[in-house]
Amino acid sequence: MAGEGRHEVGIDGKHESSPEADTRSIRPCTGHPARPSRDGNPEHRFVTSAQRTPLVLVGAICVLIVLALIALGSGRYPIGPAEMASVIWKRLSGVGEAGTADAVVWQIRMPRVAVAALVGAALAAAGTAYQHLFRNPLVAPDTLGVSSGAALGAVLGIFFGAGFLVIDGAAFIGGLAAVGVVVLIASRLTAHDPLVTLILTGVVVASLLGAAISLLKYLADPYNQLPAITFWLMGSFASASTRDFATLLPAVVASLFVLIALAWRINLLALPEDEARALGVQTGYLRTTVIVAATLATGASVAVSGIIGWVGLVVPHMARLLVGPEFSRLLPAATIFGAIFLLAIDTIARSLAPIEVPPGILTAIVGTPVFIVLLARARRIY
Amino acid sequence: MLDVRNLAFGFGARRVGTDVTFTLSKGETLAVLGGNGAGKTTLFRTLLGLLPPQAGEIHVGGDALDALAPSERARRLAYVPQQHVPSFGFSVEEIVLMGRASRLSAFARPGTADRAAAADALERLGIVALAPRPITELSGGERQLVLVARALAQQAPVLVLDEPTASLDFGNRARVLAEIDRLRGSGLTIVFSTHEPDQALAHADRALLLAEGRPLALDAVSRALTAENVERLYRVRVRSVDAGANRRVFVSE
Repeated sequence: MAGEGRHEVGIDGKHESSPEADTRSIRPCTGHPARPSRDGNPEHRFVTSAQRTPLVLVGAICVLIVLALIALGSGRYPIGPAEMASVIWKRLSGVGEAGTADAVVWQIRMPRVAVAALVGAALAAAGTAYQHLFRNPLVAPDTLGVSSGAALGAVLGIFFGAGFLVIDGAAFIGGLAAVGVVVLIASRLTAHDPLVTLILTGVVVASLLGAAISLLKYLADPYNQLPAITFWLMGSFASASTRDFATLLPAVVASLFVLIALAWRINLLALPEDEARALGVQTGYLRTTVIVAATLATGASVAVSGIIGWVGLVVPHMARLLVGPEFSRLLPAATIFGAIFLLAIDTIARSLAPIEVPPGILTAIVGTPVFIVLLARARRIY
Repeated sequence: MLDVRNLAFGFGARRVGTDVTFTLSKGETLAVLGGNGAGKTTLFRTLLGLLPPQAGEIHVGGDALDALAPSERARRLAYVPQQHVPSFGFSVEEIVLMGRASRLSAFARPGTADRAAAADALERLGIVALAPRPITELSGGERQLVLVARALAQQAPVLVLDEPTASLDFGNRARVLAEIDRLRGSGLTIVFSTHEPDQALAHADRALLLAEGRPLALDAVSRALTAENVERLYRVRVRSVDAGANRRVFVSE
């Protein structure tokens, strides 16, 4: 075969017959002490991440379904597996009379479970996209100021007594404006360390937006608006309704649709700018499209559930550890993981104590240490 | 194949270099030499269409570079950057597949033909064994070969390499240069920059010497790389030494 002949040339040339051939297959230890080869054979460790992706996805979907059933069953009116089975059967077959359990499952818990999972999926997908886009494992909707911008937009909406669609739109515009300002400022600063500059700019812009939110709270009617704004900002799914789900779903589906359609090409945005452009990518258009899509998902989530931090930062990282950085594998994994993560957090938040713990507090407890570990590792290549 | 006429280049209003004119036909290799800050990288970025020229014209494959769509440009010119700073641990195979981007629509994923082209590129460079490994865990020399493979997967007739051997050790340097020699034999038009006059002598047909952005010499390597020119270019005393086997090397005094 022609291919074989060429292959032989490649080998004879030097790669296997020369004495250097052996040293080339041994990984240089510079800078990556944390990942020793367990069995000494590099082949064994590396083939896996692409191959195990389907398994990871199927496993994650199963976990999500089981978790959803647990979440639907747990609460002040506990529903055991047998009763849950009958509740579901009644729904599917349409036979049998609906009782208390059915009302609890379908009217009270289902909207909350669905909204929590969808928000988790949206924030994780957005975080994954932002991280690829900025070649930075530390960015997320919250560290880029997107969440704060969306929150300011939504608070403005609440302040002026707007309807939920206007609040949604205001959250989207606020998020887009915030990320625009952050990127603009960060790109104008001649940075010694672009990784950290972007994060710091995000923090600064977010604090300014926070000040604006405080001003609105100060001006708000202390009996009606103020508590509404405060509780909403804390982030909660307690009041999640079918209507919330219905406003959230189209935005998240549209955003995911764009991200999935462009998934392979988004990989090229993770390359240095010059390389991506020399490979023929119109980075400006692509980057803008991805930012708009990711911000749409973030804005819709924030409008529904307030600021729930850390999901978009932590989950993409976990997904990347399992399926690698290739975006068309990473995005679905991160999306499902995000749904699992936030659904688990919300279920714990409402069953941990007699009163509900805001889920944002739990995500912060998980997120802070992970962020510190990432920061320590980011100096090294990720 | 590559036709550059009275090119002036730089960033915004700042002029980095000027009066660069050369024509490379198919299969020719040009080495670009110049001190640090002489404008080699800026020249390359302009040749690749990453920076707009300040004056003059660039034609590649008979068409004006600025009239080509980005994807068409990438189908004609492939780029091997000086140093690739990886952000995420993409596998070598994934990196090389990215070389196919200019042949795929924005919504497409690489297909069988693209995988075959990537596999072929890996094979040509003898790095098939690296395919599943994360780019972050490779040595500098291996990474350079991966970038060359990605450029080959692009299947462009012109290959632009920016200091392909900078920051490589002696062995990796020789290995990358041997690959460049092999590519020269395959009919690619190659432009590369280097800090080593010896390298240009041994691995290029022609040399362009850039001193503060202006061409000091542009000629066949044997005529351009004389001891006098090298002295003028780097402002050090050098001696040309016969290294045997038809090779000449420069030694600074």
